[in-house]
Amino acid sequence: MASVELSGISKAFGDTSVLNGIDLSIRDGEFLTLVGPSGCGKSTLIRIIAGLEAQDQGSVALGGTPVDGLRPHERRVAMVFQSYALYPHMTVRENIGLPLVLSRLRLWERVPVLRLLSRRRRRIMPEVDQEVEATARQLHIEELLDRRPAQLSGGQRQRVALGRAMVRKPRAFLMDEPLSNLDAKLRVHMRSELAELHKRLGATFVYVTHDQVEAMTMSDRIAMMDAGRILQLGTPSELYERPANVKVASFIGSPAINFLPGRVVDGGAVELFGHLLPTTVDLPAGSPLGIGVRPEAISLTGPDPSPASFAVSATLLRKENLGPEFILHLAVGDARIPVVARIAAGPTLPEVDERVGLMISRTGCHLFGPDGNRIEARPVDSAPLRSVRAFPVGERVSQ
Amino acid sequence: MTGTLTATGKAGRRVKGGRQAFIEQLMGVGFAFPAFLLLAVITIAPLIALVVLSFTDYELGATDTAVVGLANYNKALADPVFRRALRNTFLYVALVLPGAVLLGLFVAVLVQSRTRTRWIYQVIYFLPVTSTLIAMATVWQALLHPRLGPVGATLRLLGVGEVAFLSEPSLVLPTLAVIGIWQLLGFNMVLFMAGLSAIPRDLYEAAEIDGCTGALDRFVTITLPLLGPTTMFVIVTTSITAFKVFDTVAVMTRGGPAGSSEVLLYTIYLEAFQYFHTAYGAALTVIFLLFVLVFSGAQAFVLERRVHYG
Repeated sequence: MASVELSGISKAFGDTSVLNGIDLSIRDGEFLTLVGPSGCGKSTLIRIIAGLEAQDQGSVALGGTPVDGLRPHERRVAMVFQSYALYPHMTVRENIGLPLVLSRLRLWERVPVLRLLSRRRRRIMPEVDQEVEATARQLHIEELLDRRPAQLSGGQRQRVALGRAMVRKPRAFLMDEPLSNLDAKLRVHMRSELAELHKRLGATFVYVTHDQVEAMTMSDRIAMMDAGRILQLGTPSELYERPANVKVASFIGSPAINFLPGRVVDGGAVELFGHLLPTTVDLPAGSPLGIGVRPEAISLTGPDPSPASFAVSATLLRKENLGPEFILHLAVGDARIPVVARIAAGPTLPEVDERVGLMISRTGCHLFGPDGNRIEARPVDSAPLRSVRAFPVGERVSQ
Repeated sequence: MTGTLTATGKAGRRVKGGRQAFIEQLMGVGFAFPAFLLLAVITIAPLIALVVLSFTDYELGATDTAVVGLANYNKALADPVFRRALRNTFLYVALVLPGAVLLGLFVAVLVQSRTRTRWIYQVIYFLPVTSTLIAMATVWQALLHPRLGPVGATLRLLGVGEVAFLSEPSLVLPTLAVIGIWQLLGFNMVLFMAGLSAIPRDLYEAAEIDGCTGALDRFVTITLPLLGPTTMFVIVTTSITAFKVFDTVAVMTRGGPAGSSEVLLYTIYLEAFQYFHTAYGAALTVIFLLFVLVFSGAQAFVLERRVHYG
């Protein structure tokens, strides 16, 4: 097991720059997920760690030692591919055992017929078999050892690929979208199994995915990437609760965060739907702000609005029943700004086309400046609730 | 036609069961008939005629013919000329098969590793396949002429002396085999390249991470086993093609010198169309077909059963 240190990694394919100076330090035993939309460079980055791709600039260190000049197998990392990359002509036993066979036997000792001459091989193969079987037991695939990959289901292939990675006791596990080829149900199951495996092995996992749910559910820390840069590095809660950027905010969380049009008014106060948020920012009055509101930060108004929230009027367009909760699609105000809310199921849910009041929790509002970056708002201590105007919204606010 | 179909349709709806099934069968036979007719006229009928002929003593132009049973086959088995032709053919196949398959694979791997210049090599290696072998045989004859050809000149320059490639009994079959390999190489290369491009790149990367280091190691561990199905196909097609060697022999050596390059098809040709022993030629052709059948059977069996990865 080892830490992974990336410093100043840059990579371009031709004229297209894929990675721009990535600095990332992955702790020993950590489960770190690289997440981001397609083409953000996450797969290239993991391939650079593996040594399958050479970086143009920067350095990769494993366990404190630079490995830049080393071939992939010399780095002693294991990789699980999206396609599993199992060898179709080998049985599961041979697939899992190959890394051991390759490192312990010479080329001629692996050539058919010729290998029968090797006495060393006869000594080594039982050891390899033992280790393969021990690994297979850990993954509960002992009974599959003599099958070929074509005879396995997707989930079983996935386990074999994991087994092949585990058997050589690598310094780090690199996983490139390993669950993407599985069906939804199996993916949920494998997610918890992977997390459990990580805990049991205590190994360093670097995991690439475009699925924010996978990133949120398994990782110790997430590095959210976009356009060859790391936008934010932090724990799942940090990324969810304090997204550093509009892109992070909209990528993490499902249903996606709502972006509402806010504005800076006099004195740096922030106005949304005619209400002032209990914060001030260092921006000139009149600057537009993006205000991110998570669907669960929105609730339907009761008869008595809470002082920590404010209410706006909206029309219900559509509701999706998820069982314990409903996803409500609403149009806010006369400007009919689309908003998605997540409301616990209950008997008092409005009907479609009904006009409802929405409460937005003031602390659930994330502010983003015109450049898309988070604006750290200064809370105004014990600010009295100031309602600029109640209804209708969308007009110019005057204090 | 349309009218008939509509009528059938109506009848089918009125009368269920037996009659409808009968009409459907009739239609099925009707659709298959043209193809069957073609097959019967072009392949099956001549084949039957061939087998029937092989049991007679018919000679081209003869006025009366008698059935002689297996006499032609007995004659063939005892015929030293036929046995020599059979031996020569197998020797030729034994020389061409490994050469054309191994070289084809070697060239395919080399050409596949090119990116921008790949198509140039593909065209060059494929040229012999597209050219007429009879014309090319003449060119080879000129090239290999002991005194006038450039090959002879080169050998003289190297001090080897004069080598009579086509008139030295021990050299003539290997020489023809080299030409056979030259002709088959491009085709085999294209087949192997198709097989190579079907191997996922992921596998090579996984192997690299697993510790497959050198090019040879990669080739032995991944490429060769995954080319199994392609290789089987190439081996079978190459054996059949080599077994059918005729053009080069007919144009360049006429079976000579002293029958040392007389191959099966050339013997059949001589017996049937030069000596007009039609019935004997037919018997030899049946034997020839049996060999081809074995090769094709091997292809069907091996390709369907083994070396198949899902």
